[in-house]
Amino acid sequence: MRGYVPEYQLKTTASLDETLDLLAGEPGKWKPFAGGTDLMVLLEAGKLTHRNYVNIWNLDELHDIEITPQHITVGALTTYTEVQANATLRNEFPMLCQAASETGGLAIQNRGTLGGNIVNASPAADSPPALLAYDADIELASTRGTRWITYQGFHTDYKQVNMRPDELLTRIRLPRSSQPGKHYYRKVGTRKAQAISKVCFAAVAHTTGNWIDEVRIALGSVAPIPLRCVRTEDWLRGKEIDQTLLATGQAELTREVAPIDDIRSTKDYRLRISRNLLADFLGHIVAGS
Amino acid sequence: MESGKNTIRINCIVNDEAKTLDVFPMARLLDVLREQLHLTGTKEGCGEGECGACSVLIDGQIVNSCLVPVGQINESNITTIEGVASGDQLHAVQQAFIECGGAQCGICTPGMVLASVNLLERVPNPTAADIRNGLAGNLCRCTGYMKIFESVVRACQNKGARGLTITKTL
Repeated sequence: MRGYVPEYQLKTTASLDETLDLLAGEPGKWKPFAGGTDLMVLLEAGKLTHRNYVNIWNLDELHDIEITPQHITVGALTTYTEVQANATLRNEFPMLCQAASETGGLAIQNRGTLGGNIVNASPAADSPPALLAYDADIELASTRGTRWITYQGFHTDYKQVNMRPDELLTRIRLPRSSQPGKHYYRKVGTRKAQAISKVCFAAVAHTTGNWIDEVRIALGSVAPIPLRCVRTEDWLRGKEIDQTLLATGQAELTREVAPIDDIRSTKDYRLRISRNLLADFLGHIVAGS
Repeated sequence: MESGKNTIRINCIVNDEAKTLDVFPMARLLDVLREQLHLTGTKEGCGEGECGACSVLIDGQIVNSCLVPVGQINESNITTIEGVASGDQLHAVQQAFIECGGAQCGICTPGMVLASVNLLERVPNPTAADIRNGLAGNLCRCTGYMKIFESVVRACQNKGARGLTITKTL
């Protein structure tokens, strides 16, 4: 049953500084409210246990996309629609744009934000595997200043993140590469839109012929957190793609992921699909593909 | 919706009319539209942003009004299904839905019409894939979608856009 609406506060501040002051003033009392596409679902289900929210939707400072030769830095309030509309993101970070296009439908994409997706911390989220494979960094701000951390390591356990109650996620930074690389993103779910993934796979590779020079792989919905598969990467790196590497790589991936049976899928299906997606990815990146 | 100490004042435009609302900020825009403004054309299907029956336009963008807290729409420009026609003049999309039989029970129809109107504003000559993509957030349990897609194609033709033939492969 829906939460009791009169008990909730949604306070709108005029600036980022005012928001940070509010978060610092009574630590833990206020939580940020961005596009609302996750929080309003919880409200409707009677599961929005926190009562006091600060509306950050109109903070222009968090909507910027900044491009330098080394990085593209995206404000945390950038919506999925805005991600897809940016030419640099489309050209150099296609997996992030693909993830954005497969999240919900247009109405969700117009309101859902990258920052909200990250901090909501669902292991089934669509953008985090792409962000992990792209080696993203994130900026956390508070009245004490700002700090940049690697996104890898931000998720510590199911829906647990490494940030303090007075901090706000403000920006996401992606390192640009001089080499284009080969990108592979696949979300496996019940429909082409409005579906939560059973398995989500994002990978980037740099190859010389059939030799893997560099590879980064991340999966969603196969662990309590969006998972960067570093052991599988270490195994594949520097090796030639052939049937043996595929088989041993799949075995390594099977050991690294930790899927469960849940409302959407089973452990066995997720393991099988993860292996299949790795095979599809390796087939995709061999020379001539 | 009674006023109380947690209510706030919201100024917005709804279907070209200025409105002032005294509301609880976490009230759903869907409920404020239906119950306070008596604009019951916007429907609740799922209440969780999956079905699109509650679609409205905020500043020209399509959103699920069941997921928008009214506290976030201060100074916004909102269009509901009631704002699609111009007085007695139906929008080309509405006319097309009538001509093509794009509605059965009608519960998805306000959302479908708004999504179609928004699609044609953004993409005046949509391909079949554009139409499917543009309406991907709107679910229908009655029609099987074919007559809805045909209605969008007919609306393009009615507006003088380049024709698009629906085949079985749509």
